[in-house]
Amino acid sequence: MTTPLVAIKGLDVGYVRHRTVQPAVVGLDLTVAPAEVVAIVGESGSGKTTTANAIIGLLPANGRITAGSAVVDGVETAGAKERTLRRLRGSVVALIPQDPMVGLNPTKRIGAQIAEVIKLRGVPGPAVHAEVVEFLERAGVTDPELRARQYPHELSGGLRQRALIAIALAGRPKLIIADEPTSALDVTVQKRILDHLGALVREQGISLLIITHDLAVAADRADRVIVLRHGRKVEEGDPRTILSTPREGYTRQLIAAAPRLAHGGRVVPRFDVRDQPEPPPILTLTGVSKTFAVDDLRRGRRGFNALDQVSVTVPRGRTHALVGESGCGKTTTLRIALGLETATSGSIVLDGTEISGLTWNQLRPLRRKAQLVHQDPFATLDPKFTIGQSITEPLVSFKIGNRRSRAARARELLDQVALPAAYLDRLPSELSGGQRQRVAIARALALRPDLLMLDEPVSALDVLVQEQILRLLADLQQALGLSYLFVSHDLAVVAAISHTVSVLSEGRVVEQGPVAEVFTNPRSPYTRELIDAIPGRRGTPGRPGPSPAAHAA
Amino acid sequence: MTSTIHGPTIPDVDRMEVADPVERPGGRRANLRTAVAQLVRKPVFLIAVVYVLFVLVSAFWPRLFTSWGPYDTYPESAVLAPSLDHLFGTDNYGRDLWTRMLYGSPLTIKATLIALSIAIVAGLGVGVVSGFFGGRTDAFLMRIIDVLLAIPGLLLALSIVTALGYGTLPVAVAVGVGIVPGFARTTRAEVLRVKTLPYVEAARAGGASWGRVLLRHILPNSWGPVAVLAVLDAGVAILAIASLSFLGFGAAPPAAEWGTLIADGRNYLVTAWWLSLLPGLFVAVLVLSLNHISKTLQELNR
Repeated sequence: MTTPLVAIKGLDVGYVRHRTVQPAVVGLDLTVAPAEVVAIVGESGSGKTTTANAIIGLLPANGRITAGSAVVDGVETAGAKERTLRRLRGSVVALIPQDPMVGLNPTKRIGAQIAEVIKLRGVPGPAVHAEVVEFLERAGVTDPELRARQYPHELSGGLRQRALIAIALAGRPKLIIADEPTSALDVTVQKRILDHLGALVREQGISLLIITHDLAVAADRADRVIVLRHGRKVEEGDPRTILSTPREGYTRQLIAAAPRLAHGGRVVPRFDVRDQPEPPPILTLTGVSKTFAVDDLRRGRRGFNALDQVSVTVPRGRTHALVGESGCGKTTTLRIALGLETATSGSIVLDGTEISGLTWNQLRPLRRKAQLVHQDPFATLDPKFTIGQSITEPLVSFKIGNRRSRAARARELLDQVALPAAYLDRLPSELSGGQRQRVAIARALALRPDLLMLDEPVSALDVLVQEQILRLLADLQQALGLSYLFVSHDLAVVAAISHTVSVLSEGRVVEQGPVAEVFTNPRSPYTRELIDAIPGRRGTPGRPGPSPAAHAA
Repeated sequence: MTSTIHGPTIPDVDRMEVADPVERPGGRRANLRTAVAQLVRKPVFLIAVVYVLFVLVSAFWPRLFTSWGPYDTYPESAVLAPSLDHLFGTDNYGRDLWTRMLYGSPLTIKATLIALSIAIVAGLGVGVVSGFFGGRTDAFLMRIIDVLLAIPGLLLALSIVTALGYGTLPVAVAVGVGIVPGFARTTRAEVLRVKTLPYVEAARAGGASWGRVLLRHILPNSWGPVAVLAVLDAGVAILAIASLSFLGFGAAPPAAEWGTLIADGRNYLVTAWWLSLLPGLFVAVLVLSLNHISKTLQELNR
């Protein structure tokens, strides 16, 4: 076997907090061979990003390598000087950052940002521009001459991600580290970009280190998967072996949490309501349209059709999902249904009451019937409010009960969302993301509503925590007879919770029906593309997916 | 603007810190305790706090720190250099300068407090109204603030004092009006930021009225930077008040005010340096302490 490009032996990394070193990575062994694709999988706090940062010498100021060695391309990086590390970065190791929205310098043109890396290689001035265009083209950017002259804000998220790939490629590195490449973009865009990156890397013999919390993403693309937990390696091996015969319970949990992996590469909806009569609706949107006025510098004021004749029905006691890519109008639909936004035309009937055209004060009593759970668990709780105060706030707003009965209700609600009552006087900053989302759900339940509007409630969470929250939602639905309007871009999540679904694209409903029907027999090509983008294709014993060898050929 | 371009979800995994275990003490009281524990470990901060407290206490009970009277003249001991008897020396009438500084504190501190209250009440009011209502109201109020910002501070203060007459209260009003714009701007920016956060929307969706949202969510969460600015501006106000009384717009003699004391001593700088320098140093250290406290609080807020 050839000498590995990256050889990490017994690496310990810790963070200095309050004068003690808290370990983040413990005794890690890891090798990456030339032209190999390795994926590190783990939940947040498992030390996967810390490992990547240690390789490239970009640990935060309080990060320390306390033991072990990390040799990259024959150079020891543990305890190395900044100058040695700088020679490695870009030319040997390149990093594709997590969030393409903030990964580019907003004040510099794309071309200049790529040129920066090319010039570092000592390419003479006149030749630089040609190389910029070449790398953009190689990263899959159409019309590279134009893109090189544009600023980051003029590009979509997908194009920015491609520009970042071009920057990574421009240094002609031997290893590319992709940090959470699936987290910040739409599923379909991400899939296209990841496929492109994978092919590119194999074609040019570059090694790729993928860091992700989603085992399905890793299994689809890597030659070797390393599962990390609490800074220690849990399992390592060929993805096929890991998926079929996981040795550790933790790996099994991860597989179970990825809907497609759990069912042999297929998407299996949890509920099948095709043969059941539909219960009466609790919420009906009929022909709802919404036009936003957009100020365009060049073309003047014009209308932008966010929603075009959208009709959606949520049956009582069931979950109806709205899916689609960002900008398709799914969140706008939800906000209109909740009365936070007014529709330009159409009718919205909540539990037999027409709510379109009602003023905020007329709408207020209806708040007790429908409540909202936000996407971002970190911003949905007031940082100055204790958990108890947050949960009881709707009760205070509606002047329900007295201090003692509210406190009792808060304890009951915390119990329903499986949090200890001791959390009542905690502040949100002391809770993890999943716990905060539980609190947000408890707050939404405080008024005993019939309908919960869930706006991407699990998209900001780790797969395992996602699974727990989804199970909690399903249990609550059973116990309290709730109806959900569930907005998500992730069809795997939708399959795990919804009875019926509407697929939205550019403000229109493309397809509608029971999940079991839509997901197994998609009629529109758009739905099919969304379903294909669910990671976990490569699968499992029964149905082998495309093998890495096929890619290389 | 539009909520249609509701960006793709960004699960920033690094933000997801692991929750504290249940058995660990949590909640507000424990947080306060750790914050205090953190502050106590900063010696310079402690010295600054002790100094500011000393100035405050000495302003209300000057007798605790001196045995002389502020108006007692002793011609035989005029212009004495600092010694253990007279910490800051004596002036040309033989009055103890240290005593006069201490007796001058209440005037300056009263003026500072009045100036700050004016600035906080007016600035917070304008900022909250402006940020909360937006649109025309915002444009109108902010243009007034812009006009105030365009006039040099001392010039504005001088014109106000000239219009209102001399004395401690007019000086306080003049200085207060001068620092209103900073508060208004900071508050407005914070309100604009907090207003769009999901927890405000969650409260609205939970049926809370705008008044409740404003008082319980927006104000407390905008308060942090404003409080830091208030401590910082206390220093600015003290300096401005001292400057105005230095220029002779403050309290009438023989009342002692810090600026007046510094002004009185400036004719004797060569022969009796302590007459101007020591009161100046006293004020400078106070302002420095306030700035340091403000900076530390800002770091803690983060």
